[in-house]
Amino acid sequence: MAEKSNILFERPEALLPVQNTYCPGCAHGIVNRLVAEAIDALGIEGKTIGIAPVGCSVTSYNFYACDMIQAAHGRAPAVATGVKRVLPDHVVFSYQGDGDLASIGMAETVHAATRGEKITVIFINNAIYGMTGGQMAPTSLPNQTTQTSPYGRDVTTAGFPIRVCELLSTLDGVAYAERVTVDTPKNVRKAKKAIEKAFTYQIDGVGYSIIEVVATCPTNWGFTPQGAFHWMRDNMLPYYPLGVYKDVKADGYKDIYEAAAARAAECPLVNKEGDR
Amino acid sequence: MPKTHNIILAGFGGQGVLFAGKLIATAGLIEDRELSWLPSYGPEMRGGTANCSVCLSDEPIGSPLVLEPDALLVMNQPSFDKFIETVAKGGVVIADSTMIPKITMPFDVSVYTIPATQLSEEHDLKGLANIIMLGKLFKEIDFCSAETLDAALVKCIPAKKQHLLEPNRKALALGMDY
Amino acid sequence: MSEKVLMKGNEALAESAIRAGCRYFFGYPITPQTELAAYMAKRMPKENGVYLQAESEVAAINMVYGAAATGARTMTSSSSPGISLKAEGISYLVGADLPAVIINVQRGGPGLGGIQPSQSDYWQATRAMGHGDSHLVVYAPSTVQEMADYVYHAFDIADKYRTPVMILADGMLGQMMEPVVLPERKTEFIEKPWAACGHDNKRPHNVVNSLYLMADDLERLNIERFERYAEIKATEQRSESFLCDDAEIVVVAFGASARIARTAVKRARENGIKVGLIRPISLWPFPERAIERTMDTAKAYLSVEMNMGQMVDDVRLVVNGRRPVEFFGHTGGVIPTPVEVYIQIENLAEKVGA
Repeated sequence: MAEKSNILFERPEALLPVQNTYCPGCAHGIVNRLVAEAIDALGIEGKTIGIAPVGCSVTSYNFYACDMIQAAHGRAPAVATGVKRVLPDHVVFSYQGDGDLASIGMAETVHAATRGEKITVIFINNAIYGMTGGQMAPTSLPNQTTQTSPYGRDVTTAGFPIRVCELLSTLDGVAYAERVTVDTPKNVRKAKKAIEKAFTYQIDGVGYSIIEVVATCPTNWGFTPQGAFHWMRDNMLPYYPLGVYKDVKADGYKDIYEAAAARAAECPLVNKEGDR
Repeated sequence: MPKTHNIILAGFGGQGVLFAGKLIATAGLIEDRELSWLPSYGPEMRGGTANCSVCLSDEPIGSPLVLEPDALLVMNQPSFDKFIETVAKGGVVIADSTMIPKITMPFDVSVYTIPATQLSEEHDLKGLANIIMLGKLFKEIDFCSAETLDAALVKCIPAKKQHLLEPNRKALALGMDY
Repeated sequence: MSEKVLMKGNEALAESAIRAGCRYFFGYPITPQTELAAYMAKRMPKENGVYLQAESEVAAINMVYGAAATGARTMTSSSSPGISLKAEGISYLVGADLPAVIINVQRGGPGLGGIQPSQSDYWQATRAMGHGDSHLVVYAPSTVQEMADYVYHAFDIADKYRTPVMILADGMLGQMMEPVVLPERKTEFIEKPWAACGHDNKRPHNVVNSLYLMADDLERLNIERFERYAEIKATEQRSESFLCDDAEIVVVAFGASARIARTAVKRARENGIKVGLIRPISLWPFPERAIERTMDTAKAYLSVEMNMGQMVDDVRLVVNGRRPVEFFGHTGGVIPTPVEVYIQIENLAEKVGA
């Protein structure tokens, strides 16, 4: 067997040796790998439980080597809550698309976040429903053509896209929210760091963490993989700017509880001592 | 053999009719009888009238909902008007005359009036008109032994509120002696 | 044995669930089951358990799904409109073969309906609690004691057959107080090697799943599940027969309406009518054998329910045209009276010459 130091590239252990079912050029493959690398780096595969709800990533329960639970459409944060409440010392992540997280599952998303569930949400935002063949998503851009917005998303009738990181960063339960992408090696490395940090925040009990990955869907967008990244850079990144939207530790707090108390310093009830 | 009792207790929310019913049920529990206690839980419990059905028997209780009470403990006019015609032949009615100005006396029903609310204020037993009423009901229908009734009181008053035990005993006695 | 205590049905359900080892309760407020959630909120922290008020019924049942997937004993409770919201999650529990207990303290429907007691979710519970080829075990207690006994039993049945189990109660049973002897605390539980609770690098990963994209796989799994259902039908029928030995008129009633029917049956017996009562306790599996046993003497059946006539379908399926089967009930929260049921018995006896 080759010396470990000579190996430049190999499959993460947290990713099973099976072929995935994603389309060629799909960003899911990259992000699945980054999550697995983070699990390996932190040595947490044995105590990690992943939740795969409905969407293109649903079959990822076959790819990850940790225990996996498939969930109903949109309900991953509720399922993750149930798991985490039974196993508070384990690591729980959900892997959700934009329709799942921001449309049908918005209530579960917002409430898991505001409860400060110690879970990590990996959110793939590619502005379209992939599994069902390219319908308008809650994050589809204004004027974006999809199967169900054939004349382009008309904001006067279909309304505006949702900026998830911005929305969730207003909630006291959120410890860490960052938007990343995976179009270049540099951005892939940044995304990996963010995912690892999100898991670390969970392990340290800092609070709820979400990593939004701005991604592509070459098949349903009708581009080559590289063309899709071009379109993404030109149109999605101006609408969904990359960056850290909330980081309670960077703000100088130990966890969400300290940060939330400081934010509500004027409210005597919030700052009542003891008696819990 | 002890009698079967089908009792309705009714009044405004806050007058303690559900608690008075619970005392009767607890007495039944102590004497190891078959019993049921069923409260109204409709919109009336949100600020309006409240009532409960209590059954004591030596056979399994069928419907816990009392439709023809053989005893009615009643503490306000709307409840009096609602239930007075349902009382079974030979039944007993205990009515708080402080709260019920218009009392009718149906044929074949014994109506006992007692100014329970007024008595509770005169004797520094505010809020215990329900227990005065229960004392009177106990005197008229004898639904358990006197020792059991006292034991039920001890059981139903929570540990943190034991200072209320003596006033409750006083209220019971007041009703029994009226 | 524990001492006899006075408890509301809703509270007895909660306390007995805790004694059965349930430490994870997820709920949402709705009348007339709220005392159950309030009781759990008070007790769970003292048991090192979890009470969580979810953002919706939908979230609550999915939290149950997550907790059940780890192998924990878990429960949710609601009333009719809330149960409809849980339907999706219940179907997923069935599809993923997860054990869990669901309480329905029924109220009148459809729609927002009312808040008074009802039995109008019988069809939903026994026929179509979720999409797909699915069933769940359904118990209908009729006393506060049975509320305690059957929720305790429900957790064992759920674990044994890897199926959700429903307690189908109603507002009357939930709100009323009766003496109850609570069960002893359960200390031994069956192993759940399928649970997704972290493999600790000691076994291949477990997957809890209800998705099968290959039709053959899904059919095979459904057939396997229905073999389990056949076993449940063979071994888990529960009912009480009252004065049925020579009964020419057989009244069939469950839950709260069985209490009313029992009073009417006793009175009819006193008046010389040969009448008995079958009280189904398991609604699914329906106690077919208990009904079948009355066929020798029965001239007619009368189903008494707090709905427009739902369980009567199951009675007719068993009787299969061999005898007349009639229905009497009230709906919308109106409770039938013993006198009304007595009159039905008398009329039916006259009609069939009993």
